[in-house]
Amino acid sequence: MLHVKNLNTRYGPIHVLKNVSLHVNQGEIVSIIGANGAGKTTLLVSISGLITPVSGEIIFEGQRINGISPAKIVSLGIAHAPEGRQVFSPLTVMENLRLGAFARKKASEQEIEDDIGEVFSLFPRLRERQDQTAGTLSGGEQQMLAIGRAMMAKPRLLMLDEPSLGLAPKLVEVIIKTVVDLNSKGTTILLVEQNARKALEISHRAYVLETGRITIQGPASELAEDSEIRRAYLGKDYRDISER
Amino acid sequence: MKRLAGYYCFAIATLMLPLLFPDSYYVTVVGVTVCTNIVLAVSLNLLMGYAGQISLGHAAFFGLGAYSSAVLTIKYGMNPWLAMTAGVIAVTVLSYVLSRPILRLKGHYLAMATLGLGIIVHIFFVQADQFTGGPDGISGLPVLSILGYPIDSDLKWYWTFAIFMLASVLFSLNIAHSRSGRALAAVHGSEIAAQMLGVDTAKVKSHVFVFSAVLACITGSLFAHQQDFVSPESFSFFFSIELVTMVVLGGLGSTFGAVIGAILLSLLPEVLLVFEDFEVMIFGAILMVIMIFLPQGLFVAMEETFFRLLKRKSQGSADVTS
Repeated sequence: MLHVKNLNTRYGPIHVLKNVSLHVNQGEIVSIIGANGAGKTTLLVSISGLITPVSGEIIFEGQRINGISPAKIVSLGIAHAPEGRQVFSPLTVMENLRLGAFARKKASEQEIEDDIGEVFSLFPRLRERQDQTAGTLSGGEQQMLAIGRAMMAKPRLLMLDEPSLGLAPKLVEVIIKTVVDLNSKGTTILLVEQNARKALEISHRAYVLETGRITIQGPASELAEDSEIRRAYLGKDYRDISER
Repeated sequence: MKRLAGYYCFAIATLMLPLLFPDSYYVTVVGVTVCTNIVLAVSLNLLMGYAGQISLGHAAFFGLGAYSSAVLTIKYGMNPWLAMTAGVIAVTVLSYVLSRPILRLKGHYLAMATLGLGIIVHIFFVQADQFTGGPDGISGLPVLSILGYPIDSDLKWYWTFAIFMLASVLFSLNIAHSRSGRALAAVHGSEIAAQMLGVDTAKVKSHVFVFSAVLACITGSLFAHQQDFVSPESFSFFFSIELVTMVVLGGLGSTFGAVIGAILLSLLPEVLLVFEDFEVMIFGAILMVIMIFLPQGLFVAMEETFFRLLKRKSQGSADVTS
């Protein structure tokens, strides 16, 4: 579905992504794990067109999408729920959701109403707060709204950037469960997470990004057993190392 | 229907005024100035309040409308409506061409670029004296007539401006609740987030810039015919700043805020005339006091207080029934 080939991205003199190649198949949950500054977010914003890569190719459903505008990429079927949620605080929950459907010019009012209903059934909390402005929501509710808003674009590929960031453990569970739900209903998911343990639990495959390069890749269950990953990202042998 | 209740009250009041006081100087003369400023403030609010893009050069488009009407009708004997249309086309093209590079800028830089635009246009009015009459301006515009009826009295001008103003206000109120309005709000909130939702932010910004410029341009044409005289003074940098003040004073992002701001700033100087030399000082002091105590703007503050009282009242009655 999505193929990224030898992607190189720069911020001025800083070379962020170095020859990154990956692919996401239809129906999968693929996660990208890595430390702060490894380039995870840069990878997602390159795919959604917010920055233009220096070289390499991004192919979505057979069509080359690097270099085309972010607006067009959304209408092709890729939605991006950005890091730090980025909901429009002065607008109401309802208005935020309607904005999510902005790229679907042909959708009828009825279809949009139905989709809003679907988001509300996924996140009943949002229904209760539909007329509240997004700025007055809690962090968890804002994250639900960010995901719901991305869903309103009816994407075939949904990219989630750090959906569990700054949330209470209980809410992390809710969000993670929703991601699995969405996937089982047919949405392909590319997930960027710092919470590597949770990400690997629900993913089919995963990539490890280290300072701009993909260093390890494979089925998520194998990665979860990999001793190097356990040490670096899952903190399994923390005690052994610190007590040595 | 309920959403526009305030608008209908405002429209009725505007249309009743000349019926109640047909001979009042405040209605027929000041009223036209108020309507002019309302349209300009509402059009600037589309750009500043809705889309979050500042412009310190709005008077330039107002002036271009006025001068196209004046120059084309007087110097070239063109039909007034044709001259107005030519002005609109010129402003559409100019604002569209300028919008792409200018609106890539943000914050202070955008303020400076639009300020520069305003100053350049003003200098053009002063310097191109074989067309514009230079600092003295030009007078003697032909009478504008609508479908054969000439607009030849103060009262008729009031009706013309009132209807044009009411149409602009209605348009502005409706756009806030439309798909385009939400796109503007998204651009205002965060351009990156807006792009992620598929909003073509460059296009949205350029459209609202052009639209707001064209509205100011039409107002300028009508203003030129009504005043029967144009001079560069009316379209200076200071007038642009005054328009920004109207929008901010009333409440950025609220159509009625722009309306209230425009009414207040148009009427205050008239009322303060009694203080003679102290007029400007008192005017400044009032603006400062309002902004210090009601930083969200006059209208928005009034609206919030009103709804808070309404809520308290309904809670009070709910307590009684329980």
